[in-house]
Amino acid sequence: MMRALHDRLNALFPLGELTEQRPDLAFLTVPREHLRSIILHLRDLEGFSHLVLLTAVDWLEEGNFQLTYLLSNRGKAVDLGLRVMIPRDGASMDSIHDIWPTAATYQRELREMFGIQFPDSPGVNDDFILEGWIDMPPYRRDFDTKAFSAKTFKEREGRMTTDPEQHMKQQLYPDGA
Amino acid sequence: MMREELKIRVVKGPDGVEFEVDPLRDYFCEAPPASHPPAYAKIVEDLFNWARSHSLWILGFGTGCGAIEMRPLMTPRFDAYRYGIAWRPTPRQANLLVISGYLSVKTLKRAIRAYEQMQNPKYVVGLGSCTINGGMYWDSYNTIKRLDDYMPVDLYITGCMPRPEALLQGFEDLKKLIRAGKAEGANQYAEKFEWYKANQKQVIHDWDMPDYNW
Amino acid sequence: MSYTPDRSQYPAKKADGTLDIDLTSGKYLKLWHGPNHPGITGNMSVELTVCGDEVVDAKTHVGYLHRGFEKLMERRSFIQVFPIVCRVCVPEPDFNEYCYAAAVEELAGIKVPPLADWIRTLILEMGRVNSYMMYLGGQAGAFGLGVIGQWTTYVRDLMLDRFEELTGARIYHMFIMPGGVRDRLPEGFEQRMEETLREIESTLKDVYDVMFCNAVFKKRSVGVGYIDPALMDAYGVTGPNARAGGVAKDVRRDQPYLVYNELDFEPVVGKDSDIYTRADVRRRDVTMSVDLIRQILAKMPKDGPVMAVTPNVLHWKIPRGETYIRGECSRGEYGYYLVTDGSGFPRRINVRGPSYTHAVALLERMIVNLNISDVAGLMVSLHTYPPEIER
Repeated sequence: MMRALHDRLNALFPLGELTEQRPDLAFLTVPREHLRSIILHLRDLEGFSHLVLLTAVDWLEEGNFQLTYLLSNRGKAVDLGLRVMIPRDGASMDSIHDIWPTAATYQRELREMFGIQFPDSPGVNDDFILEGWIDMPPYRRDFDTKAFSAKTFKEREGRMTTDPEQHMKQQLYPDGA
Repeated sequence: MMREELKIRVVKGPDGVEFEVDPLRDYFCEAPPASHPPAYAKIVEDLFNWARSHSLWILGFGTGCGAIEMRPLMTPRFDAYRYGIAWRPTPRQANLLVISGYLSVKTLKRAIRAYEQMQNPKYVVGLGSCTINGGMYWDSYNTIKRLDDYMPVDLYITGCMPRPEALLQGFEDLKKLIRAGKAEGANQYAEKFEWYKANQKQVIHDWDMPDYNW
Repeated sequence: MSYTPDRSQYPAKKADGTLDIDLTSGKYLKLWHGPNHPGITGNMSVELTVCGDEVVDAKTHVGYLHRGFEKLMERRSFIQVFPIVCRVCVPEPDFNEYCYAAAVEELAGIKVPPLADWIRTLILEMGRVNSYMMYLGGQAGAFGLGVIGQWTTYVRDLMLDRFEELTGARIYHMFIMPGGVRDRLPEGFEQRMEETLREIESTLKDVYDVMFCNAVFKKRSVGVGYIDPALMDAYGVTGPNARAGGVAKDVRRDQPYLVYNELDFEPVVGKDSDIYTRADVRRRDVTMSVDLIRQILAKMPKDGPVMAVTPNVLHWKIPRGETYIRGECSRGEYGYYLVTDGSGFPRRINVRGPSYTHAVALLERMIVNLNISDVAGLMVSLHTYPPEIER
């Protein structure tokens, strides 16, 4: 099923790696310049009419953001995730708000939480979740939430945090079993 | 970054006269809060406190997930109304602010405004572990860890989340504190006003409201 | 007699599609609906621009409940994530536990025992009843029928008692963990559940008589808040909001998960797509959930393990991969997108809450031209839970 779809797409567009996660779910890497035409093709001709989610994954070590566009075909009950790799430095992506109006909300969140720019997306630069934020976008891997929290908010004395592994060794297996 | 409508601007009135509007100064009173002295005799103050303890009117502002256990309290099974506890929609009519769970920085700003708009005598109850020391969200970049740095808390109720019975017990304890004259959070807020404001401004970076609005 | 509102004073559209609203002209007023407002669903706010008592423009503001879950999960090991996922969404926390557990199991290749699947289904259906009960109270309350909230909160409390008996907690159960569930059903649970279900059914009958046959409720809800079925896909509308418009989307039937393919049910569908139909679809959905709970208790295996063998949680590493798990919660499609990178911590978890699409883009569009007094009713009818928008 997903393999047949992949073959049909492959005849039209240059595609990357296909991961068949489940019979009804596959992830497909696509080049960024063809994303828009692939999405339109999938929506209009293959029945993938529902945008389930749009999110990003930060592969800090590889210097990339992975954008995941998860599309769903209700009639055939299959999902296809499109992976697009974009460079982390000066990350910017084309908006798809004209294909699905609801994508504008996702893009607003990605702009705020990852710092990925979506030029032309309506209201994309308005604050969405954070207010008065002064540090780097918080969902980036190099943002350390614990250090930020310790620096910004005062702690109450007496709170203990232990490493689970050390704690179990000391409390449950004191003789090193 | 200040919102557009809060900036100083020149407005043309219906009669053609132009005048300057500074919303932050013109729309709010800027006087700092004053400490509320006790009555002239102890017996009178005790009488006042007894009366206050029997009419706790809670501001219906669900700041976090603890608000879900307030709903059963309003219904016949737990029925907090029989203890003189009622819910009001506006800060002007309420005298008890229940901070129901974690406060994100964005909500903290609104909670401070709601607290300052309430009339004296007023009390604050912190509900859940996350108001005491951060609880589950101790390492989150967006939630405060100690509520009493930013607001004068009279009583904490622990738990994640506290059961309705725990809330009822907490309100009874608050009544005891009020009757004993120990719930002086509002006066403490007036006396240590500078300290509270400094703490609040340390975490709220876009401070676009007057220092005390009521 | 039909009513045609006078919209001659309405703002004109500018070339870029935005409205030409000049606040100093005195024709328009900016009104903040929330966050501290009795007519708001949870802690969020809608910034309304009104002309007279009609809304001409609206903007949803969220983020008051943002705790940064997706960041916090990245620095917790797979088992440490389990106690915090349920806190993403208060009124129906079990879907978070299920979606997270199923995603971890799929990537780690763990097979869950059959009895655990049945108990998971039971818990999810119990949570659905709870969530709908809160909704019915809120929907009636938004239109001034306070008594419905008193009744539904009472029966919701009875269901919370069953939860407490089963899991030990009222709100956050932390029962569905990666590998299975924590325990099996207690002794005599079926019988006490049956009593609760009878109470719910009798309350639902009262709710039908007092709320759905009430002239005031009908006048205020029939024909108000219409969602065009053609817009459902564009705005990602799922769940009862879509089913009320005749779009029979139900993940439980379309892509059966857990044991739904062994249960006998048919998705509830309405056709008018207004507030009344959405409320009615949800009321009938409760009846269906009650029936499903009975079926589950009758059909479930009587014994067997409830927990699969999982690796040592301190050294639990999951190879690189990504997956998406969805379920049909009371508001629509709930899903978890989990990415692992071979380490002991999740690389990224994204929560897909149905309110994310309902309460921002869709609400901003639907609220225009509505009366101020109907805004609260409309928001409740979309069944908005702000914590799943901002996490």
